[in-house]
Amino acid sequence: MSEEIGRRDFLKGSAMLAGLAIAPGMMLYDLAHGENRPASSAVRWGMLIDTSQCEAGCDECVKACNKENGLPGGTGPTDEQWIRKVELKNLKTGKVSSLPMMCQHCAEPPCVDVCPTGASFKRADGIVLVDRHLCIGCRYCMMACPYKARSFVHEPIHDQKAEVPRGKGTVESCTLCVQRIDRGESNTACAEACAKAGHKAILFGNLNDPNSEIAKRIKEVSSMQLRADLGLDTGLHYEGL
Amino acid sequence: MDALLKAKKDLRNFYLLVLFGAMVVLMGLAAAHYMEEHGHIVTGMNNQIVWGMPHVFAIFLIISASGVLNIASIGSVFGKAVYKGRAPLAGMLSIAMLAGGLSVLMLDLGRPERVIVAATHLNLTSMFAWNLPLYTGLFTLVAIYMWTLLERRMNPWIKPAGLAVFTWRIMLTTGTGLIFAFLVARQAYGSAILPPMFLVMSFGWGMAVFFVVQSVMYAWNQITPDPVVMGRMKNLLGIFVLGTLYLVAVYHLTNLYFAKQTAFEHFILIDGGIYSWLFWLGYVVLGSIVPLLLIFLPGFKKNCHVIAASILIILGSFSFLYVFIIGGQAFPLDIFPGYQVLSSSFGDGQIGHYAPSLPEILLGFGGLGIAFLITLVGVRVINSLMPRDASSKD
Repeated sequence: MSEEIGRRDFLKGSAMLAGLAIAPGMMLYDLAHGENRPASSAVRWGMLIDTSQCEAGCDECVKACNKENGLPGGTGPTDEQWIRKVELKNLKTGKVSSLPMMCQHCAEPPCVDVCPTGASFKRADGIVLVDRHLCIGCRYCMMACPYKARSFVHEPIHDQKAEVPRGKGTVESCTLCVQRIDRGESNTACAEACAKAGHKAILFGNLNDPNSEIAKRIKEVSSMQLRADLGLDTGLHYEGL
Repeated sequence: MDALLKAKKDLRNFYLLVLFGAMVVLMGLAAAHYMEEHGHIVTGMNNQIVWGMPHVFAIFLIISASGVLNIASIGSVFGKAVYKGRAPLAGMLSIAMLAGGLSVLMLDLGRPERVIVAATHLNLTSMFAWNLPLYTGLFTLVAIYMWTLLERRMNPWIKPAGLAVFTWRIMLTTGTGLIFAFLVARQAYGSAILPPMFLVMSFGWGMAVFFVVQSVMYAWNQITPDPVVMGRMKNLLGIFVLGTLYLVAVYHLTNLYFAKQTAFEHFILIDGGIYSWLFWLGYVVLGSIVPLLLIFLPGFKKNCHVIAASILIILGSFSFLYVFIIGGQAFPLDIFPGYQVLSSSFGDGQIGHYAPSLPEILLGFGGLGIAFLITLVGVRVINSLMPRDASSKD
């Protein structure tokens, strides 16, 4: 009999000890990560790019993106480029424009449609991402993307940032600095760098909020979505093209 | 005594061929391991040409795996006696090529060790995801079909099993075509003609593979095939080659008609360098017209002419796929219609460069090796795979 009580006491004691050991860890985790709120569909993150403000030859946005996301910054055909600068000439008028090009964060993203495992997904707030744990590296999304927005990681990765997990053999693209958004910050690295360089060509914000600067500007100025004929309803809008 | 000596020699040759096949497979596996260790940087693929040589091999094998079943369908579904005796070999070849093609496709993945994820997380809007059950389904159905063919007690089920295989492989090749047909933004793809085009291609390519294998088996066993049967089969092969050529012509003509596609067609057909050469010389002339002459010209009636035609059709199919898959990606996406790209660090507006590297070619050959090994062993252990006609002479 006394032996049985001993076993019960032992179990009780163990449970309490385990609770004591885990509880502070859980609290510290919560403290470190803050409140874990899911993305809201009331928000649609997007950008308005004013090509008239974008300076040819300036690549501050590219550099800022590389720094923020821990990308090596190479520009070879096998290097990862989440954002790139493109110079265009209008074939009819001859007008030359410069603009940053990246994932357009479509409302109807073809990459998400074709991804066999669901690794490519769209968050409720409109950000299109790749789940690096589900991506098998088939590159079907790269075949499907009309904007050539995605890169495949061709080589082993060293020194990646804890906030921006990446991996050899998976596909990646612009995340609209999702780590910043989830921390409650209100701007992306590229938009911030562009403003810092005095150009203000990239305006980031919530397209769904009628009082946001981006929503007001889009209402006022004439802007377009790239390859609007495909009906993908991109989150990125271009002004001055 | 002679028979014993021959049997011994046969066995030795068989083991030599097994060894050869195993070496090819091993080289393919070593190449895949090398790619896995170093990443796709050791291949010729890049961020513009994301599918390369492995996909050419894999898609050839998968299309042919479906097409070769045509032989079986004509026998079991449409009741043609000549083809009935060939159904077991067709089934075996189908399984062998499907296994080879899928192995290449799987080993080329950026994360091949995660292939199980593809089975546990199916995205139903993805044509790739739909293809997975189509592939496994074909394996299963062909295995059941072969059981009905080879096990006497199961013979009454040949027709329903054959019908199931027939329906399934049409769905499978439609699915393969849809992988490309569902790519909305690429000039080379995104066309509803692709699934029927792939289907007719599969008939010709599968039959060409069948002819080559059958001829080797006849030669090995010193059998003279029935000339009437061979004549009928080669005419059918010719019709399939013509059908493919017709659909490829329609595909390019419709593109030429759309103003927005003419630049792409100009690239593929005229100034695409290797792609234009491979299209005209590799696919049209050597892969279609010369085989058609070998098949239909009255002077060419020998068995060796059909084999030569079949080999040319297979080489032509590789040329076609190289142009279709790699040429199709090399031509830049039209991201900014009405604009010319003056500069871009990511190759916008420029023709993509691709040079296949040795590891990816070896991986492709590894897939052929897998198909070869399975066929070789299958033919050795299952006697009934030998195609026989009443009048063929041993």
